[in-house]
Amino acid sequence: MSSTDSSNQPFEIKVVNRGKTYLCDQGESLLSGMEQKSADCINVGCRGGGCGMCKIRIIKGRFTSKRMSKAHVSPEEAEKGYALACRTFPSENMVIESDHFQIDEAVELGTS
Amino acid sequence: MKKGVMRPGHIQIRVLDMAEALEHYRDLIGLIETHKDSQGRVYLKGWTEVDKFSVVLREADEPGMDFVGYKVLNNQVLEKLEQELIAFGCNVEAIPAGELDGCGRRVRFDSPTGHMFEIYAEKEQTGKWGVSNVNPEAFPRDLKGMKATRFDHCLLYGPNIAGTIQLFTEVLGFDIAEQVLDGEGTRLAGFLTAGMKAHDVAFIEHPELGKFHHSSFFLETWEDVLRAADLISMTDTSLDIGPTRHGLTHGKTIYFFDPSGNRTEVFCGGDYHYPDHEPVTWTADELGKAIFYHDRVLNERFLSAVT
Repeated sequence: MSSTDSSNQPFEIKVVNRGKTYLCDQGESLLSGMEQKSADCINVGCRGGGCGMCKIRIIKGRFTSKRMSKAHVSPEEAEKGYALACRTFPSENMVIESDHFQIDEAVELGTS
Repeated sequence: MKKGVMRPGHIQIRVLDMAEALEHYRDLIGLIETHKDSQGRVYLKGWTEVDKFSVVLREADEPGMDFVGYKVLNNQVLEKLEQELIAFGCNVEAIPAGELDGCGRRVRFDSPTGHMFEIYAEKEQTGKWGVSNVNPEAFPRDLKGMKATRFDHCLLYGPNIAGTIQLFTEVLGFDIAEQVLDGEGTRLAGFLTAGMKAHDVAFIEHPELGKFHHSSFFLETWEDVLRAADLISMTDTSLDIGPTRHGLTHGKTIYFFDPSGNRTEVFCGGDYHYPDHEPVTWTADELGKAIFYHDRVLNERFLSAVT
């Protein structure tokens, strides 16, 4: 049990690639907590686990998560710490890296 | 309708959680839940639609669109178009009657943009919901949420929209009602219609295959769109953008997301198209105004957030 579990203190979320830290209220996802503080360090898409724009890598910290699109986070990637911020709920202070969303450019544009 | 394709008939959307999805499509948008099949798929429709269903929700690991189907005049048209689709080079699959409860035989085909489409001629007609077809009252009084009247169209993102637009115009007889052209005359977006509406389906050039941008539902008035915005706030639903107006089609609109991240539009108004109309063109240097007529700038999310 973490000491923060029983209090209503927000969790400190450090976004290393953006050099920013914000406070995420308990019960909020990493993304909605960030939006509430106007912290602007994770890209916001659908907020529903579908589009992948808020894809992050979790470096440290416990969390719970809701179902998210396997097109953006495969089971293998989830093992490596990748997740969607809109479906990730911190259980303690966390360290994450944002900006992991990539459009698959393998298909060439306008081939006709 | 020059090749016998009448209208958008149904769209099957994948959702991560059926209970949450029904709060969105049934309780918020106000579609009527008409059926649940043995696979657990839920069927819905707008109250003015005469066929049994137009939206099918399927629970899956990955949100997005399975297919969108268009209703054709009759089985002779269906058989003729099936042969033309094969001749065009599509991979065509016959789906037997009853695979969707209440729907007749469907002809499913792929496309250069990576989307799956269907045509079919027969579906159980249950009539408009809550009003009679004889001396009908103005509307049913017990509609929910945004009281959407019908599934209107969808916007799909993929590579080689030129190929899919060729398929829709040459084989299925759609017209290009509106388009976005770049400086070299390359079409970046095409809005296609089978009838008089400004669009029955739209395509935007995008590097990934088979992406779903939004499904769209028709409302009567601008006041209804503003009320939809109020309901989006009341339910703390994820908002994309709006209320605003499009330059393309001139529809008045709001965009928001279902709980699985599939985008939804409700809109009213918009241009009309007759077969003798030249396509309406927006130029790529005015793309911001073409998409969002008031803001006149695109947001990154509208371009990138797709399922």
